Amino acid sequence: MRHHLILRVVTKLLAAPIMLFALYVQFHGDFSPGGGFQAGVIFAVAFILFGIVFGLDKVQQVFPTWIVHRLMALGALIYGGTGVVTMLLGKAYLDYSALAHHPEHGQHYGIFAVELGVGVTVSAVMISVYYAFAGRPPRISDEEW
Amino acid sequence: MYDLEFIVGHLHYWLFIVLMMTGFYIVVSRGNLVKKIVGLNIFQTSVFMFYISMGKVDGGTAPIFPVDMKIDPATVYSNPVPHVLILTAIVVGVATTALGLALIVRIREDFGTIEEEEILKIKRKITAEENRDHGAGMGGSA
Amino acid sequence: MEAFITYTLFAMLVATALAAVQLNRLFAVVMLSGVFSLLSAVLFVVLDAPDVAFTEAAVGAGISTVLMLGTLALTSRTEKSSSRSSAIPLLVVIVTGIVLVYGTLDMPNFGSANTPANTHIAAQFIEKTPHQIDVPNIVTAILASYRGYDTLGEVVVVFTAGIGVLLLIGRLGRRGERQKQIGRGE
Repeated sequence: MRHHLILRVVTKLLAAPIMLFALYVQFHGDFSPGGGFQAGVIFAVAFILFGIVFGLDKVQQVFPTWIVHRLMALGALIYGGTGVVTMLLGKAYLDYSALAHHPEHGQHYGIFAVELGVGVTVSAVMISVYYAFAGRPPRISDEEW
Repeated sequence: MYDLEFIVGHLHYWLFIVLMMTGFYIVVSRGNLVKKIVGLNIFQTSVFMFYISMGKVDGGTAPIFPVDMKIDPATVYSNPVPHVLILTAIVVGVATTALGLALIVRIREDFGTIEEEEILKIKRKITAEENRDHGAGMGGSA
Repeated sequence: MEAFITYTLFAMLVATALAAVQLNRLFAVVMLSGVFSLLSAVLFVVLDAPDVAFTEAAVGAGISTVLMLGTLALTSRTEKSSSRSSAIPLLVVIVTGIVLVYGTLDMPNFGSANTPANTHIAAQFIEKTPHQIDVPNIVTAILASYRGYDTLGEVVVVFTAGIGVLLLIGRLGRRGERQKQIGRGE
């Protein structure tokens, strides 16, 4: 994609706002449409766009594969760990009202933690799946499309 | 019983079924594996629309309260439960689609084709060769 | 007005799906699948489900199109014409469709409020969310709190699918990393 000047410039401009929008969707999901699933996908899209335009090597320098693989597990652990914490605090698994004095505040903290776990896992899975597909040697040359 | 009101009330469901069956037709009639996945995606999305349409309430609105939580008791909200189920199903759907596509990539690397008929032909040839080499009588068809 | 929008979208969806049946060029078919997802996202907004529409637009039209294009680059561009007759698939599809339509005859009318699906637990969720969870978005409240176990399971499914893809085509483990380093060193 060395020749596509417009694509390269626009991608550089868009990558950061896409990530910012993903964070907004993640942390504003209690109030408006959105949440961990959507935010994770949008966050992954920023890296996938960067990878498509600038090449897999460049994006893997920014976000190395081994970090992505560990983040996949980390998100699921955050989710499961929230449940363990509520159990240690004396309530049922994933009963967030144990997390604060006021049950409603506990629910807010619990939903925050759980949605963070969802977002981390989903974005890491999407990015690593993209890495896996893009890392294979292609059978079709660019001209054949 | 089957009057105009009934037909108009069920037309949505029937249209979703038409879409579902279009996807299903692609899955069963085409031999190309990528096209099968596209057909499955169309089928899946139509099922999602069918499911969401069951939670729709006439005159209702999206199930999100005002930010200040001053809820007007007269407001009708659509059913949020199907939304939750389908929201997660979409993301799980793309993850399983990725798994299917990865399998297709491996199939192409081993067989050199992604057409179902050619793959079956190659497999039959391999089986015939193994039978000839090892003898079909020893352990049945290899 | 709403009905007009819905039926227009239906017409576009059906046209997209039929075009996907007809075409042989896989690039076009994959693009049509993305278009189908985007149109269905618009339909989800009409059906009062902005959360679902959001997800479908990001996932269906975005990620899965990218993954399918990646697959095309690794496999082939065109579909070979099949020698199979299309009569039996058509028969199977029509019979299945008739059975499904027969199944909908018992269902309540579209949009009616007093259906079993809308009165039981859903009404309780809408009623109790303000003072039990105190979160404006009911979908988030149900997703993360009331049905937390379910969502945990979904996250694990996504995680497992990711692991499966990596095992199939990703160069997992130290051996792959070492081979890559050797490859770079040469």
